[in-house]
Amino acid sequence: MANTLNHKQNFLKGIIKENPVFVMLLGMCPTLGVTSSAFNGLGMGVATLFVLLMSNIVVSLIKSQVPDKVRIPAFIIIIASFVTVVEMVLEAFIPFLYEQLGIFIPLIVVNCLILGRAEAFASKNTLPASVIDALGMGLGFVFALTVLGATREILGNGSIFDVRFVTEDANTFILFILPPGAFIALSYLAVVFNRLTHKTV
Amino acid sequence: MKKKESTLVNMVLVLLVITLASGLSLGYVNDLTLEPKAKAQLAKKVNALKTVLPEFDNEPVSEVLRIKSDQAKDSIELYSAFQDNTFVGAAVTGVSEKGYNGLVKLMVGFGPDGKVNNIAVLEQKETPGLGTKMKSEKFLKQFRDIDPATFSLKPEKDGGEVDALSGATISTRAFSEAVQQAYDAYIKHKEALTQ
Repeated sequence: MANTLNHKQNFLKGIIKENPVFVMLLGMCPTLGVTSSAFNGLGMGVATLFVLLMSNIVVSLIKSQVPDKVRIPAFIIIIASFVTVVEMVLEAFIPFLYEQLGIFIPLIVVNCLILGRAEAFASKNTLPASVIDALGMGLGFVFALTVLGATREILGNGSIFDVRFVTEDANTFILFILPPGAFIALSYLAVVFNRLTHKTV
Repeated sequence: MKKKESTLVNMVLVLLVITLASGLSLGYVNDLTLEPKAKAQLAKKVNALKTVLPEFDNEPVSEVLRIKSDQAKDSIELYSAFQDNTFVGAAVTGVSEKGYNGLVKLMVGFGPDGKVNNIAVLEQKETPGLGTKMKSEKFLKQFRDIDPATFSLKPEKDGGEVDALSGATISTRAFSEAVQQAYDAYIKHKEALTQ
């Protein structure tokens, strides 16, 4: 019983208490770069979730076989392999998303969220715990990127998931689609998120 | 299980095994995705051709004419379309490097009379919400049925007749330049295309 409770806490921490984007502010490069629409944010989040899950599984499996001094290069090779797999699969089967995300797919390799979880969690914990940790953190990342993308799309383009609710020539806050809008939207969302989850702040 | 010691042999061996495994699996996935990748690219091209050309019954993709040009890095591609052996038009690629973030690549369809039939955007990296509106019906509409011989393909700001996208004059300029390039190539090679 204690064990399942632990799993539940382990899973939920990634989504709320240690949300990678809103609380820990990890992986800012894709967070700011690709979230110009809700769909892009969701796509990027899911791609990262997949890499995070696979790398956590593999790192957790081989953790006792990797000498300490070369653990970082070993983790990076594993992560880079999965990222390349994602890139090839996206190009072959979802070319539309592949074009939208562009350079940010290969850059998942250097997303510090993934290496951070491999180093801080998967290399010290069992396989089931690592899987749950990856799912929690990954879903937290997906959630944050989708919310950020949706916010920017609603304000900047007057649409959500490409469904427009203002007329074609309406004036929207284009600023939110542009790079500075990413910083502004992220900061306000982080404030709101932390206000809602940490009552004492 | 005890953690492996960081001896030289251990480190080299472990890294070797990991790189080998990752290399092999990547090669395998690459083989798997090679065919779907090529298919996806072809499908994109065929779709673009269908958008910009009137109805045709030949296979323009297999009868492509590639020519070198000093203006474009890649060769310009010309696809001619026939219906019942009559020439009904041609699709020509046009590129411009002058987009807000570099390359803008279009596919422009022309009728036998040299008028623009329709335009499809193949590649662009413009600003979302501003330059990307070059894909919108509202912007593309103005190019249909124009004859570039008499229509000045420049934004109004530069003394031309193209109604620029608001806030994206640079994107409009690149777009217009790419259309002009496609038109020039079409006129130059029309003879070869109609046969």
